Amino acid sequence: MNTSVRTGKSYDETIHRNGRIWMIAAICITQGVPLAISLYFGVWPPLGKLIAGLLPTMLVFWPIAIVEVLTFTPMLGSGGTYLGFVTGNLSNLKVPAAISAMQQAGVEPSTKEGEIISTLAIGASSLVTNVVLVSGVLLMSYLLPILESPALKPAFANLLPALFGALGVVFISKNWKISVAPLALMIGLFAAMPSLPVGILIPAGALVSIGVARIMYKRKML
Amino acid sequence: MIDIRNSPFLFGLGAFVALFVTAQSLVFIAAAWKEGKRLGIPSATMRKALVGSGTFSVVPSIAILLAVLTLAGALGLPLPWIRLSVVGAITYELPAAETAAQAFGTSIKSTISDPTVFSAIAWAMSLGSVFAMVLITLFAKRIQSGIHKAQLKDTKWAGLLISAMFMGLISAFLGSALGGGLVSILALLASAATMAIFGLLIKKAKMAKLENFAMPVSMITGMAVAALYTIARNGGVR
Repeated sequence: MNTSVRTGKSYDETIHRNGRIWMIAAICITQGVPLAISLYFGVWPPLGKLIAGLLPTMLVFWPIAIVEVLTFTPMLGSGGTYLGFVTGNLSNLKVPAAISAMQQAGVEPSTKEGEIISTLAIGASSLVTNVVLVSGVLLMSYLLPILESPALKPAFANLLPALFGALGVVFISKNWKISVAPLALMIGLFAAMPSLPVGILIPAGALVSIGVARIMYKRKML
Repeated sequence: MIDIRNSPFLFGLGAFVALFVTAQSLVFIAAAWKEGKRLGIPSATMRKALVGSGTFSVVPSIAILLAVLTLAGALGLPLPWIRLSVVGAITYELPAAETAAQAFGTSIKSTISDPTVFSAIAWAMSLGSVFAMVLITLFAKRIQSGIHKAQLKDTKWAGLLISAMFMGLISAFLGSALGGGLVSILALLASAATMAIFGLLIKKAKMAKLENFAMPVSMITGMAVAALYTIARNGGVR
């Protein structure tokens, strides 16, 4: 089934139209969640502080979003893209699920058959994640008092070092040469000014990291 | 003061989001199935794709659930559940939440009980991840038809660029973790060591199935070490 079947435009046209409608609905719903919280509880964060809290991560994640859209869209096909980008967890779940389903069915991405198999795979994957999360959240709501017990406080207080220790190992082992400059910068900054907020550290780290990586890439050191 | 974080209203929002995602999945599966039939793809092949992908997704979904659990201490259950049901992934949600909390002079290291800070975190998580959805709405059709493929010619640099950006972010948080003192450094090292062991098992012992659990188990190990160290230092639970 490796050959692409030529068909009329109807499915393609419909999937893009419907996909856009669902995507706009998803944008409204995801932004509607904080809006509902603010309206219902009557709490509005001051705009200046919100922007200060939002900018540093946007600086890193919005360019990543562009690369992800350009990379994953041809891989997942139209239906898979509209569904996958709404349900999230792309690189850790949806993309591998779609690719392995296409491999097992013996079809290629970017063909009519690949489009169908990928959409089915991402749909099934989203449903399963949903079932697991809903049942897990129901179960965990009984465990909330335990989660908030004083003995576990230091555990949750160290969530960030726990995430970034593990992520650090992943990225350093992937490409240790890229990691040297930003790590050196952070150790230096920490020694000089120990209490700088991450809102300043993130753009500094990202700019130095990208700049040095670009120079090394141009000099064929990567 | 009511606890916004675990209020019935937020659980209601979570249920609504879960229903939306379920509905979209079912609609897209139905449309793809119908088109597959028209193209002459055997029903057995399509059924295999559905069942295979569903089975494939169980373990990674449990990992996503564990990520919800790690955020629940600071943010309650519903918000992390909502964020990881749509668009989100732990690698984005956690830095976004912490950066927003710090702008308000606090941190998700402790329970977020101030409603204003909680709402700011919800806004930051949601606004920060909307960009990809806007891009898809505007450009997915054109990317699919091949017009934009040329933009990503240098795929090696694109991969390096993502790694470099992530490394900048990771190093920033590693740097600020140093400020947390010995407990934080121990948590960091324990989690890093666990991840390294997972890496060895996955690569050298070819245990690829462990891949899904590497991140949550490493995080929980780091967090457990922090809790145990604090208990030991205080001479028991207080």
